[in-house]
Amino acid sequence: MSDDIKIKIRNLYKIFGNDPEMALEHVKNGMGKTDLLAEHNHVLGLNDINVDMPAGKTTVIMGLSGSGKSTLIRHLNRLIDPTAGEVLVDGDDILSYSDKQLRDLRQHRMSMVFQKFALFPHRTVLENTGLAPSIEGKSKKKYEDEARKWLARVGLEGQGEQYPHQLSGGMQQRVGIARALTSNSDIMLMDEAFSALDPLIRTDMQNLLIELQAELQKTVVFITHDLDESLKLADHLVILKDGFIVQQGEPQHILLNPCDPYIEDFVSDINRARVLRVRSVMRKTTEEMGEISGEVDHDDNLESLIERSGGDTTNRYRVMKDGKQVGILEMTDLVRSLVPQGGSSDPEAARRAG
Amino acid sequence: MPPDEGRMATYDFIFDKLGLRDWCDGGDGGENGSSGPMSMADLLGKTTGDAVEVSAWDTPFPSLDNLHDACDAIPQSRDLTTGLESGFLNIKDSLKVVVDPLTQPLSWALNEMLWVMQAVPWWIMIPLLMLITYAVGRSRKLVGLVALCFGFLAFVDYYDYTMQTLAIIFVCAFICVLLGVPIGIAMSRSDRTQRIMIPILDMLQTLPPFVYLIPLIFLFSVTEPKLYGIAIILYAIVPVVRLTDLGIRLVDQDVIEAADAFGMTSRQKLFGVQIPLALPNIMAGVNQTIMMSLAMVVIASLVSAPGLGVLVLRGIRSLELGVGLLSGLGIVLLAIILDRVTKAALARINSSQPK
Repeated sequence: MSDDIKIKIRNLYKIFGNDPEMALEHVKNGMGKTDLLAEHNHVLGLNDINVDMPAGKTTVIMGLSGSGKSTLIRHLNRLIDPTAGEVLVDGDDILSYSDKQLRDLRQHRMSMVFQKFALFPHRTVLENTGLAPSIEGKSKKKYEDEARKWLARVGLEGQGEQYPHQLSGGMQQRVGIARALTSNSDIMLMDEAFSALDPLIRTDMQNLLIELQAELQKTVVFITHDLDESLKLADHLVILKDGFIVQQGEPQHILLNPCDPYIEDFVSDINRARVLRVRSVMRKTTEEMGEISGEVDHDDNLESLIERSGGDTTNRYRVMKDGKQVGILEMTDLVRSLVPQGGSSDPEAARRAG
Repeated sequence: MPPDEGRMATYDFIFDKLGLRDWCDGGDGGENGSSGPMSMADLLGKTTGDAVEVSAWDTPFPSLDNLHDACDAIPQSRDLTTGLESGFLNIKDSLKVVVDPLTQPLSWALNEMLWVMQAVPWWIMIPLLMLITYAVGRSRKLVGLVALCFGFLAFVDYYDYTMQTLAIIFVCAFICVLLGVPIGIAMSRSDRTQRIMIPILDMLQTLPPFVYLIPLIFLFSVTEPKLYGIAIILYAIVPVVRLTDLGIRLVDQDVIEAADAFGMTSRQKLFGVQIPLALPNIMAGVNQTIMMSLAMVVIASLVSAPGLGVLVLRGIRSLELGVGLLSGLGIVLLAIILDRVTKAALARINSSQPK
């Protein structure tokens, strides 16, 4: 894994309406979304977005409906063109691309998974999976092996001859993922890919994505409105509200240091023990300490540790990374970190704020 | 001075007040109103010799004829219709130069098809039609129905007429699909084309078919098959155009977005996604088009279209009730067969791709 930046978004604005240029002036002068709608009848979609998406990692863009997250992801493959700003993929400004270059980008370098699956109802699962190679003009014989391989990888072995409507929602989305993987692109855009699935299947799919990610290290851009999902999947978390970025960074960091009341309310509601990792609450030290109750991995979550300690808050653990000590965890620190600092304790307030 | 001695026209005062009297009288010279026969009111006015007193209650609408009474410079309404006629006759020749060669293949196609359908003996033709039915609908029941209907029509000696009607419908419906589907696709791809086409389609659909028979008769000779061919196509093309447009517009936007996101060209999108997914609607349009060309084929027999329509017409003209009823029944049977067969094809398409 490298820390290269795969996708850079610079000063991106999107305004919907008849005269976006005019509205852009107002927005740059500081006019907000509600005023712009009331006074000029233009909708502010995205407001000065700057994001660096690291290669081989998962970037999650989270926001409630209307926050502009689906608009943002569509700028990455130019299903929507921005009003102003830059989108750089591998250092190339994709806004300067010709139609042909753009098609090449969409065929070979980026693939997309959709909320409503968007499979072709008149093609078999196998043909759907092989969409990308078939667009290039490859015959079914040529892409069949590749497509079957990915179908098997997502757990749909032997279903290739079915039609999409014969499959359940979860299975259809597996086809959607297999379709994206078959294109062999480095970047996978996932637009609320699991939001239409029921909770148990959603967990399955999240685990599948984590597995695939460990194996393939694609640059995944994942859109969701579900904070638990975003904390589970994200290496880099971007929180959007009304078209601008409220906070972005490492999810653990956002959770422990929310910079905005909006986010505080948001994070006050989640199961912190499951989300927080040992490395986020440990004290960094390589010194030996007396009375160690055991060793834990730096990437374990707090929930597993609480279970292991049997609830005994006097314990102290050595935190290990790749066989070396990287820190010490006091159970008292752990317990303290479970209570949000300064956040509203009333979950209703969070909902109202949203 | 009023135009007719001793006769007052209702609207004289307008021209008098506006000072246009000289213009009015100068318009036609001395021979006022001599451009055609006098109207009944004129004659009545002449015989009585009195000025027609018009009470306020009976004030006539200021129509062309009434204004003409007051002022000769204004044309009568029949001048308008004769003007239209002569205008059409003037452009007719140049129009013919363009339209004639363009539509000539239609005449050939109709002639050839009529010849083929009648030249093939019945013991080949009927099994062939049954075979086509089976290929399209995959239903033995339907094949039985087809055999029964054609058997009956042949039994009452209407076989030739039926084949003529069928030949015309085949050719016209085929051309309707050939032209209508691309027009529908063009409409679905551009809102402006759609805005232009919709009034034209509305007009074609509401204009009584007799009305566009008239200019066609002037343009082409009644002996040419393309005359009725064009009339049928104009009348029957509407549904296939409309439903192709609708079908393509109704294709799920999510699927179109997916096609875009994976880099399909617009051509690949059209042939790989939009048309296949719009096919149920397009087929429904084809079904309607066939039904409408069958309706029109009866009217077209007024302008020498052969087939069952000729018999219906004979029934009306010479009051042969039996002939009229029986040929009417024949048309109904044909309609049922064509409808069932195309619907069976539609059902097969639907079942192969349920949403």
